[in-house]
This record gives sequence, C-alpha cells and structure tokens, in this order.
Amino acid sequence: MNTPSAGRRPGPTGRPTHLFVLPATLGGKLWVWRYLLLRRLTQFGVLTLFFGTAHFGWTLLGRPVLAGNLSGSEFLGFLPMADPFAVAQILLTRHWLESKVLLGAGLILALYTLVGGRVFCAWVCPVNMMTDGASWLRRRFGVKDTFYLDRRTRYSVLALALVLSVLTGVAAFEWISPIGMFHRELIYGVGLGWTAVLGVFLFDLFVLKHGWCGHLCPLGAFYALVGRVAPVRVRFDKARCTHCGECTQVCPEPHVLNLKQAAAAGMIASGECTNCGRCTPVCPEGALHFDLRARIRRGLKTVSDSDPSRRRAA
Amino acid sequence: MRDTKTSRREFLGKLAQGTALAATGGFVWSYLLASQARAAPFALRPPGALPETDYHAKCIKCGQCVRACPFDTLKLAAAGATIPIGTPYFIPRAVPCYMCPDIPCKAACPTGALDPKLSDIAQARMGLAVIDSENCLSWRGLRCEVCYRVCPVKDKAITVEHHPRRVSKHAMFVPIVHSDHCTGCGVCEKSCPTQAAAIRVVQPSLVQGRIGEHYRLGWTVESPITQEFRPGATPRKVPAKPGGLDYLNKGGEL
Repeated sequence: MNTPSAGRRPGPTGRPTHLFVLPATLGGKLWVWRYLLLRRLTQFGVLTLFFGTAHFGWTLLGRPVLAGNLSGSEFLGFLPMADPFAVAQILLTRHWLESKVLLGAGLILALYTLVGGRVFCAWVCPVNMMTDGASWLRRRFGVKDTFYLDRRTRYSVLALALVLSVLTGVAAFEWISPIGMFHRELIYGVGLGWTAVLGVFLFDLFVLKHGWCGHLCPLGAFYALVGRVAPVRVRFDKARCTHCGECTQVCPEPHVLNLKQAAAAGMIASGECTNCGRCTPVCPEGALHFDLRARIRRGLKTVSDSDPSRRRAA
Repeated sequence: MRDTKTSRREFLGKLAQGTALAATGGFVWSYLLASQARAAPFALRPPGALPETDYHAKCIKCGQCVRACPFDTLKLAAAGATIPIGTPYFIPRAVPCYMCPDIPCKAACPTGALDPKLSDIAQARMGLAVIDSENCLSWRGLRCEVCYRVCPVKDKAITVEHHPRRVSKHAMFVPIVHSDHCTGCGVCEKSCPTQAAAIRVVQPSLVQGRIGEHYRLGWTVESPITQEFRPGATPRKVPAKPGGLDYLNKGGEL
C-alpha cells in the first residue's frame, strides 16, 4: 500500500486522493472543457439555426433549414420535431392533434430516450447557459443557500402541470415556461421574457443552488423520467475512485453521484443525470467515462471476476 | 407502537403540507393562466384559427406560421404583451394579411390550431372590418372609397352605396361592410387615409350582435310567412274565417 501524501486521506482503494488540477496549456484546458464547449456549441447552434431560418431565410437544398422553435419545428421541410411534454399537456386538454406534431413528439421522445432524457437540459435548453453561469458564480463567490428544497419537488410541479392542463384547458406549463419565453423571444423577438430568465438566474445565484433546473423545472422532471432507461450513461470505475469529491463540485445534480449506488450499478444510473459530461474530465483518477448501459452491465460481470479486492480475498 | 403513531402523524402532517403547497401553487398558476387567456378577444389570429378556447389549447407556440408568412404579417406574442403569450397575431395597420391563396401559415401549423380544412382563403374569418362613420371620409361626404377599391373581396365584403345629400345635388358614396364575405384581412385598415384608421378589423364577437330566432322579417322572400309573394308561387288560399283573436275590433274584449 502506498503511504498517503501529507494532509491527504487515502481513498477506499488505499491510494492517496489528489485533487483535480486544471492543465496549464491551452490544449489541455480545451481537452478538459471538451464537453462544456460541445454543449455550448449545440446550444448556440440550435438557436442560431432557428434564428437564421426565421430571419435570414436560411435554406439547404431549397428547403428551410430549421423552422420553428424548441416547442415544435421542422427540419429541411420534412422532418417534424416537437416537445413531447408540451404535446402531452395539449392532449390532456382533450384536444386531438394533427399527425405531424404527434410524429414529431414521438421522434424527439425516441431521441432523448436513446441518448439520455436530460441530454435536452444539458445540451439543448438555452436556460442551461444561464443556470450554469449562476452555478459558476456561486462556486467563485461561495454563495450560500437561503432555504432547503427537496429535489423531488420538480415531480410535484410536473404532476401539477398535467393536472392543471386538464382543469384549465390550456397547456399549463407552456403558458408560463421561462424556457419557452427565452427561446421564443431569442428567435422571434424580445419582450418581457428576459425578466423571467433573469428571475431564474437570480434564484439560482442567490436563493437556491441549482434551484430551477435541479429542483423545480417540470420539463427536466419529464426528461428525468425518460432518462431512466437511456442507453448512454456515465460509467463509474469503483476501483479507480478515491472519493476526492471533485465530480460533485461541478455536477449540477450532485446527488446522482451517490458513489455507493454508482459502484453497485457500475454507472450513474439516475435519470436525473443530465449527461453533461462535466464530471468525466475533472475526475483526477479517470473513474468516470461515457459508456453504454449494456456494455457497462457486461463489463461489471467480467470485472467482478477480476476485481482486485476479490483476488486478494481469494 | 409509539414509533408507528409518530410516523403516522408525521406522514399525515407531511401529506397536509404537500397538499397545501400544491394547492397554493396550483391557484397562483391557474390565476396566471386565466389572466393570460383573458387578453385574447382583441387579438387578430392567422387565417383558419380555431375558436378561441380550442385555439388556446392547441397552439404549441412554435412560430412556424410566423416564419412561413411571406409578408412578415404575423408576429409571435412576447411575454408581457396584451396578447396571450407565444401565440401568433397580426396588426393590420402595420402589416395586413394579403390572403395568399395557398395559405402557407396554415400549411405550416403542425398542431391544427390553424384549421387544416381551410382550403379557400376567402372562407377565412380572421376578423371583421367595421367603419367609424363619424370619421370616414366617404361618410363625411368626400370622395374616398379607398377601402372599397383595395378590398381583396371587392364588391362582396365592401360595397359602395350612394346616399342623397341634403345640401347639394351630389350624392354621397358610402362604403358598407358585409360580414358574410369579410375575411378580416385588414388591407382596408392598412390603406385607410385618415390619420387613425376609420375602418378597423376587430374580432367579430366584440362588435357583432345576433338578431335572435323569434324575429321574422316578414318582407323578405326567404321568410316562411311570405311564401306567396315569391314570383311565380301560387298564392295560399285565404281561409273563410280568419284565424287568431280579433279582440281589437270587439271593443277591447277578449
């Protein structure tokens, strides 16, 4: 066993914990920020395509590139896409919809079921940029929460959105959604939607850490339910982890990094994980990687045979 | 035993708290929804828009109709506007609907909030033009009739009638709007030369009355009681003894 370095506890594997250090070189930094940069690229890219198609008439092969917004859209004039949560709310108002939007909602639901439900939250939703910004400022200035709120509150908001859609006859969340206001007004013209987004930002910054995306947003809750079966997950290598806690510092949903459960499942199994990928480059031991659920399951079996602790026991 | 009692009490307490929280949130949320939906009657909607409540429910606020409109007529209501959030509308005095025969906005609608069955743009009922006869140049006695000439459904939606004038031998030519043909496109409102438009498109429900079933317009040939006046119809046989009560000729006695 290695002797622990000064001031550091040895981790569960006996190796000393050491903290994540941001590389000094630009290349190294970019490599650490790779998922962050890719996420900003997809977030901005989607908005830019919507904006360009709406305002500059962007076409490809003579067809509009990406018409509409995140609630409902059409790619190259043939591929419909729609927000499945919005469609669910409209159907609950007892209004049947045209096949185009139903097909679009089905496609989007299938996409996020494949890549991990809350991939929408981390990779597409424009509010993520604001709440990530608030989270970053919080880390820098050490802002404390003003109250505690259960992270499961979002499922109550989700249920409430569905019940109110039945009772009021309008898609309840779509009429007050700061996400909707934000992307609609970025694409189609600015109104007072920025006040709602500013509200979310200030709430996240000063009132409650990860307050909107991590506690309240019913769309995130919807996609968390979808993400429970997603094939793309973050793999967790128990043998490498030294419990340094670097991953939970950057994670927007730190409770999903329950290492006991992760060790048992071999991955971050919770649907509330957004697959944002922030944890994977900051792990100093390389214990967290994107992988496929099925491969992780197979790997878990083979690893358990060659598990060093088991071998020692034998 | 004690433990279960406490946990049951805790459970019921939590349940009450949760219910109260959900109810409070639900009330505030419903109030927001109601106040948003109330702004609706004043908004002019794209062609084929369903009746208000169905439209509010079905519109997914995607803005594809706005993008499809070649004249930039349609706008998407931003938050804080007087129009329900995220829904498309137009302001005819800014840009009216030019009544594209292929109705691209309706074709772009993925949900059916703009009725896919609308195939003839002349059948669209976006609103109804109404004339402020106190400020209409034609009604004041000048020659204008711009609204009549620009109307895409000319001679049906707007006609010009001539009225005699008391002070001179020149007649007045006054525009009249006919609701059974007016699509509410707003080209008239856009073209009206007065400082503030004297002809405006509004939601029909705000200005249109209903005559009611119990009135009979006896002098119209469509009326069932005047069938015999129809040209070529055989006159109804007059009964020897008239029906009904004839109390007026009996000194007021019944």
